[in-house]
Amino acid sequence: MADFHSSTLTQLAADLRARRFSSVELVSALLARIERHQGALNAFISVTRDAALAAARSADRELAAGSGGALTGVPIAHKDLFCTAGVRTSCGSRMLDNFVSPYDATVVARLKRAGAVMVGKTNMDEFAMGSSNETSYYGPARNPWNPALVPGGSSGGSAAAVAARLVPGATATDTGGSIRQPAALCGITGMKPTYGRVSRYGMVAFASSLDQGGVLTVSAADAALMLREMAGFDAADSTSVDTPVPDYVAALAAPLAGLKIGLLKEFFDEGLDRDNEQRVREALRVFEGLGASLREVSLPHLPLSVPVYYVVAPAECSANLARYDGVRFGHRCDSPRDLNDMYRRSRGEGFGAEVKRRVMTGTYVLSAGYYDAYYLKAQRVRALINADFIRAFQSVDVLMGPTTPTPAFAIGAKTADPITMYLNDIYTIGANLAGLPAVSVPCGFVQNLPVGLQIVGPHFSEARVLNAAHAFQRVTDWHTRIPRGYA
Amino acid sequence: MILRWFSQFFSAPHILMALTREQIASIAALARLELSAQEIPVYQESLSRILEFVGALDACDTADVVPMAHPLADMSQRLRPDVVTEEDRRDLYQANAPLTAAGLYLVPKVIE
Repeated sequence: MADFHSSTLTQLAADLRARRFSSVELVSALLARIERHQGALNAFISVTRDAALAAARSADRELAAGSGGALTGVPIAHKDLFCTAGVRTSCGSRMLDNFVSPYDATVVARLKRAGAVMVGKTNMDEFAMGSSNETSYYGPARNPWNPALVPGGSSGGSAAAVAARLVPGATATDTGGSIRQPAALCGITGMKPTYGRVSRYGMVAFASSLDQGGVLTVSAADAALMLREMAGFDAADSTSVDTPVPDYVAALAAPLAGLKIGLLKEFFDEGLDRDNEQRVREALRVFEGLGASLREVSLPHLPLSVPVYYVVAPAECSANLARYDGVRFGHRCDSPRDLNDMYRRSRGEGFGAEVKRRVMTGTYVLSAGYYDAYYLKAQRVRALINADFIRAFQSVDVLMGPTTPTPAFAIGAKTADPITMYLNDIYTIGANLAGLPAVSVPCGFVQNLPVGLQIVGPHFSEARVLNAAHAFQRVTDWHTRIPRGYA
Repeated sequence: MILRWFSQFFSAPHILMALTREQIASIAALARLELSAQEIPVYQESLSRILEFVGALDACDTADVVPMAHPLADMSQRLRPDVVTEEDRRDLYQANAPLTAAGLYLVPKVIE
């Protein structure tokens, strides 16, 4: 009974169906765990205790009746940028500190329909702009492997919560690496699906051509289960793709033999920590042992991903965040002199330093006289990066490389210089620019800190990418390691 | 370390432009952001650094390349029948508003 937290999401769902314990017992145990570790990790912005226990009681009634969905009674957490009806959705920002969402995001509604029980909303970089969770209005979340280190970002709270086994799975979003990078830094599995695979309805917008919802879990099998319940066409999202969702769980067991893996040459660069590289190369040998073949693949424009991203993402951010005007919802300044004063002070007070930096960068690159030089230029280079990926996938099934250049770094170490922070996402941004599915799986440790292996596939190849990740996890146990103090 | 690697990779020269205080003030005005006197030099420095960094794109030959606005290139905008699908949820939505009266959002006077 005391070992709920060391069980996987898949196992918990099966145990609940078999009535080995009740959802109320499980949810109560994890709520107590969240309470015990919140002070050290700051992984949550809101804990929805009463609603969680009510949902657990209702799940138990369904389980007793033999009804319910694939996740009935299983506790999960949502990144605090998924709208949750009647619950504060802060997006890690003072701007939305008082915002109670009037509706559920499609992702939230679908997981609810599958029976999942929300226990709370997780900490994140403000408006998902950050790679360390340090831009959160609610203070940084901390890495369970070492509380002096960042958990990564922007989905840092979700990653810390899953790594510390406070919840078996959490939703997250990935605009430039915000699922995969914290997954790597916290030693868990993180899946960013193809752009358009998971509905963005009710997911607070940052950069609309890049944002994609996904999952953080212990294992690839858990990610497959959670994603299967979340994914699919949604008329409420104009970029949702109307393609059937395969059964990702059923596809996990397919043999790997014959899989053609491309080693991303540009990812094994001088910026990559040598010990990190060793862990990744060891993981690649495991794939060879499973019958896959490796060949080096070059994507010559890929090193330009970061500069492309820091034009495109701020441009889209500046347009999306124009909605925060202090009129209909969100923060409004005291005693505005006139309308313009209200806009300027509400936004100046409501947004933190990094959000302002990106809004201004975006405003600049979209302004008259600079649009062609920056924004159109970046979109042209984005097309070249995309073409590199398409070419690579003509000769290989998946691409592999490191998720991050280094393991987790110290809180405060990279806040002084935005460019140093931005370069954390150097290996993850490419998949966002091209809209590709990608997963990060734990592949070893450097000085007791986890290292992530990244697997990128062609559009809508989630089943193949998760299958490869699962095959790796069947013969390795890195994903089962639990940080000291949380076992 | 990564930065050094990066700059050697794209060593082609590009214009190093430092933004002035006036430019930052004008960008902030366009973005409707109030900045304090202390914030302006901070953004002067970091925005200049960011523009210098993204200047690496200049060295890339993009002649005849069609700009990519969206990751799913073959996708077209979906249309729906022109019928009302939303229900009236004004009271619920206005519960989040800073100031309302009689179902209207209140803002400072715009026209004297």
